[in-house]
Amino acid sequence: MTATKPRQSATRAAQLGFLQAINQAQTEEMERDERVVLMGQDLRANVFGAADGVLAKFGAARVRDLPLSEAGSIGLAAGAAMAGLRPVVDLTVASFVFVAMDQFVSQLAKVRYMFGGQARVPVVVRAALYYQGGTAGHHADRPYPMFMNVPGLKVVVPSNAADLKGLLESAIRDDNAVLCFEDANLWGRKGRSPKPADDVEHLVPLGVAATPRTGTDVTVGGIGQGVYLAIQAAAELEKDGVSCEVIDPRTLVPMDWPTIEESVRRTGRCVAVDPANRTCSAASEISAHVVETCFDALRGPVVRVTTDDVHVPFSPALEKQIYPSKDKVTAAVRRTLA
Amino acid sequence: MYAVRLFEEATIALFHAGDLPAMVHLSIGQEAAAVGACMATTSDDYMTGNHRSHGHPIAKGARLDRLMAELLGKATGVCGGKGGSMHLADFSVGSLGESGIVGSAIPVATGAGFAAQVRGSDQVALCFFGDGAANEGVFHESANLAGTWKLPVVYFCENNGLAVSAKISDTAAVPDIAIRAAGYAMPGVVVDGQDVLGCYRATSAAAARARRGDGPSLIEAKTYRFHEHAYGLAVPVPYRDQTVVDSWFDTVDPITSFAGRLLAWRLADEADINAVRAGVEQVVEQAVQFAKDSPYPEPEAAYTDLYAAPEEVDA
Ligand SMILES: Cc1ncc(C[n+]2csc(CCOP(=O)(O)OP(=O)(O)O)c2C)c(N)n1
Repeated sequence: MTATKPRQSATRAAQLGFLQAINQAQTEEMERDERVVLMGQDLRANVFGAADGVLAKFGAARVRDLPLSEAGSIGLAAGAAMAGLRPVVDLTVASFVFVAMDQFVSQLAKVRYMFGGQARVPVVVRAALYYQGGTAGHHADRPYPMFMNVPGLKVVVPSNAADLKGLLESAIRDDNAVLCFEDANLWGRKGRSPKPADDVEHLVPLGVAATPRTGTDVTVGGIGQGVYLAIQAAAELEKDGVSCEVIDPRTLVPMDWPTIEESVRRTGRCVAVDPANRTCSAASEISAHVVETCFDALRGPVVRVTTDDVHVPFSPALEKQIYPSKDKVTAAVRRTLA
Repeated sequence: MYAVRLFEEATIALFHAGDLPAMVHLSIGQEAAAVGACMATTSDDYMTGNHRSHGHPIAKGARLDRLMAELLGKATGVCGGKGGSMHLADFSVGSLGESGIVGSAIPVATGAGFAAQVRGSDQVALCFFGDGAANEGVFHESANLAGTWKLPVVYFCENNGLAVSAKISDTAAVPDIAIRAAGYAMPGVVVDGQDVLGCYRATSAAAARARRGDGPSLIEAKTYRFHEHAYGLAVPVPYRDQTVVDSWFDTVDPITSFAGRLLAWRLADEADINAVRAGVEQVVEQAVQFAKDSPYPEPEAAYTDLYAAPEEVDA
């Protein structure tokens, strides 16, 4: 019997990439609300590619180049927010957050609480997770779990461009500090997604997970590129008759626990895939929570697939092995089934 | 200066051949600053660099073959393949390493100077950083401590007028970084960063002052970056006039201008200069060959060096 080949549609649905998503979200929100200001290093020259046309459109008052002063920049954003603006700060590479850690923790996260709710800090900080590219110890970190440990901050890690756009717009409208970590491994084809319609507001609420794949045997939660690896592993496991449900929390704080719990209760098994270092990772938090709340439903161990607890080495001969991979996810799922 | 220039030109060829695992920040055009400053120190003195820092360890006397092997991620590299272009370190010549986090090696050099003071040695710490880095908080915190404690540190700012695409006039309130020295009770001098002898003289004076116990200095070398911020990373919007950049090669190349002076002073003739260049070419070629022939590290190496072995810990 010969199968008829499905007809390819002549035009493929329009796709959205990470950089376009950021640019659209920032532009749309700046148009919508004149309190939104954009700041970052080398922003006006658009070195990182997400600020196309922003300066021409909104002018130098609302689009600011920052000096190399990360701590000052985050503190300034906090102050500007307390005084009525809604700053979006592009910190470019995620490992530069460490320079500003005091301002993130002591000001951005704590002022509202310490001042008895008087302060409002609608700040969005964006940073890209560059890793897997030979950039070595100082550029290749994945620091979002550290911020999960700081009350008062919201943390998002999108895995595709449409989610990035929708989450960023929600983040800019949120009255709290939101940190958005963009997995640079998804900037290319992998993270592209169908482009949302231009005339419809595309908002993805913070704290709501997505389920990019439904299944019955194992729940695989993925963070950033972990979602992509989980989907790939699920496709492979399907050949052996294993049905994986893939959940993408998208927001790590607040985490959509009900969706995760419901899924794990149904499948009885859980794997968490997280590109961050293993100890105290987002995967660790998911594992602990699942064990605490779904213990009676579990039929196997909860397994984490994370980056080994080392710094990122430069040499390509050393780097690749430390991160989660499709094979590591597949092996982890098999462990839960054993 | 030829060693720095030819080493970096070799990295361009390696980049195009697909042999470099990552991009490189070239210091072509800035050789006089690195070389002049390092010439004023010995391998007992400490030095820290930044992201644009192949030239610093070279000028400090590090072996080119092991530096090149590091750029290719090989086991024979100065850091065993773990550091790469932005993190070269060769403790054997006093190079305490470089930093990809702009400004973050400034306090490290300050600490090395502190150690020298505590131990009563006459070592100095030479600290390289850019004009952009001078806006980071740690620059100010370090300079204040060094000024207060009279630490033997030479802060050497290579001011190429740019931080990626940002002009210094858009990111600093003063045109000369050297002015900031006043706030920290240290001398601040501006030198022509294209003049290797000027950089040498200024650093020698600062180092002598530091060794006397009179404290830190800030030297600002006005220099030029001939290439893009990072080789292989194109900035989409032009931020400087390419015709001016092109003309720099003819007017402010530190190597040709120094060669010209040697000729004018009759200290060398064309043949001498060509011979120096040819000698360096050979060393660089050997370095590239060494790097290419070297093995990659064994995978287990990714998991070593995280903590010191017990015997390394001081009792
Ligand atoms: C803390 C930190 N922020 C931002 C960057 C990104 N970055 C790398 S080099 C650079 C410009 C540095 O300028 P400067 O210190 O003047 O040195 P130059 O590149 O001109 O030699 C920037 C912004 C970084 N590496 N580290």
